[in-house]
Amino acid sequence: MAPEPIISARGLTKSFGSVAVLKGVDFDIMPSKVSVVIGPSGSGKSTLLRCCNGLETADGGTIRICGQTLVDGGRMLPEAALNTLRRQVGMVFQSFNLFPHLSVLGNITIGPRKLRGLTDTAAEAAARRLLDKVGLAHKADAYPITLSGGQKQRVAIARALAMEPQVMLFDEPTSALDPELVGEVLQVMKDLAAEGMTMMVVTHEMGFARQVADMVSVMDHGLVLESGPPAQVFDDPQHPRTREFLQAVTTRDGPVL
Amino acid sequence: MDFDFSPVWEGWRELLHGTIVTIEITLGAIILGCLIGLVIGLGRLDPRRRIVYGLCTAYVSFIRGTPLLVQLFIWFFGLPHFGLNFPAFFCGIVGMGIYSGAYVSEIVRGAIQSIERGQMEAARSLGMPYRMAMREIVVPQAAVRMIPPLGNEFIALIKNSSLVSLLTIADLMHEGQKIIATSYRSLEVYLAVALVYFVLTNLTGLGLRLVERRLSASGLV
Repeated sequence: MAPEPIISARGLTKSFGSVAVLKGVDFDIMPSKVSVVIGPSGSGKSTLLRCCNGLETADGGTIRICGQTLVDGGRMLPEAALNTLRRQVGMVFQSFNLFPHLSVLGNITIGPRKLRGLTDTAAEAAARRLLDKVGLAHKADAYPITLSGGQKQRVAIARALAMEPQVMLFDEPTSALDPELVGEVLQVMKDLAAEGMTMMVVTHEMGFARQVADMVSVMDHGLVLESGPPAQVFDDPQHPRTREFLQAVTTRDGPVL
Repeated sequence: MDFDFSPVWEGWRELLHGTIVTIEITLGAIILGCLIGLVIGLGRLDPRRRIVYGLCTAYVSFIRGTPLLVQLFIWFFGLPHFGLNFPAFFCGIVGMGIYSGAYVSEIVRGAIQSIERGQMEAARSLGMPYRMAMREIVVPQAAVRMIPPLGNEFIALIKNSSLVSLLTIADLMHEGQKIIATSYRSLEVYLAVALVYFVLTNLTGLGLRLVERRLSASGLV
């Protein structure tokens, strides 16, 4: 029997006022796979991602995630169950959203301490292991304001990992970074993928998509135009709009290698 | 024109006592005002919670829309008609605290709403319930932003406390007037009284600036 997808969306719709952002999206992520969503700005890819942990409520359709129905026909999982489910779903934001009043260690330990019932010592030990993993062991006591963008994002990844999630969602994790800092964040994400973490990544980093993704989905105007393995999507795109989009991106950034 | 400050020197005990009463009333009102302000401010965050939002908004518009002196007179002279006799000191603290609470609530609401939405989203994404996210993440950051406007409010409260002299409370203003009643040296006594208020308000301002600097030095802003 094939394994059940970790995230499975069917017929998702979402409007902000009169603007339809998602117009019937189907989407699956299998365990230990990396799924990258690309597409032009305003195509609905961030909204799709935010629907997957309930930051936005899809108006129609269903999302099943980690074996639970998160949303069905505009009805969200009840508050308490939603909070429990969110511990399983790590989220990394474009603008990092570190807690500025807490140290790096404080940012990473607050979730485990308050929500997973870890003792301060256990939470701190786990946080130091994670900081080591993202290459920031020496920044444990620093405050976010003193970190570079790349360091902030790596702390944010460690903060999400501290909840020991089953799946990680990345919402344009490198879009707010100076170009020379993008690599260090992508490296952490590659390591994570290599460890078998299930990941959903909304990004404009085509190189990352080609190298790391198991599945690439192209979104435009609230619909998934096509999805498939990166080689297929990048080298033999089926949909004319995918070709247009990839052409626009490659004329800017050079070929997607 | 001759100045004679001797009534001030002779009445220093009374003025000191009045100063202490002014500090007590103001401190009581600040504490009460902050507690009320926090509750009302939190109640005005979400207009979709109609009843809570409506009650809190009515509170702010009534209290902010009527003079403090009228409110104090209602407490002290008005309520006894309904058999509610409160001591003057109580009326002073509660009347000023309730008045101040309306202003503090707007400070609280403004500071909380100024915290980037991403902070709440990040906290909720970890799985925190709304209240925990507020308590652990949003309010601590908002508290720092409240300090400068709270400083203004505390200073206004110190000065407004002179109104409680009209409720028979022997505060600084009241003691000054008693000295004037026997010495007829209004200018000198009022100048002395003004100087004490000046020192109290500026010490408060200085103290809050130190707190602010301490907090920003430890990365809390």
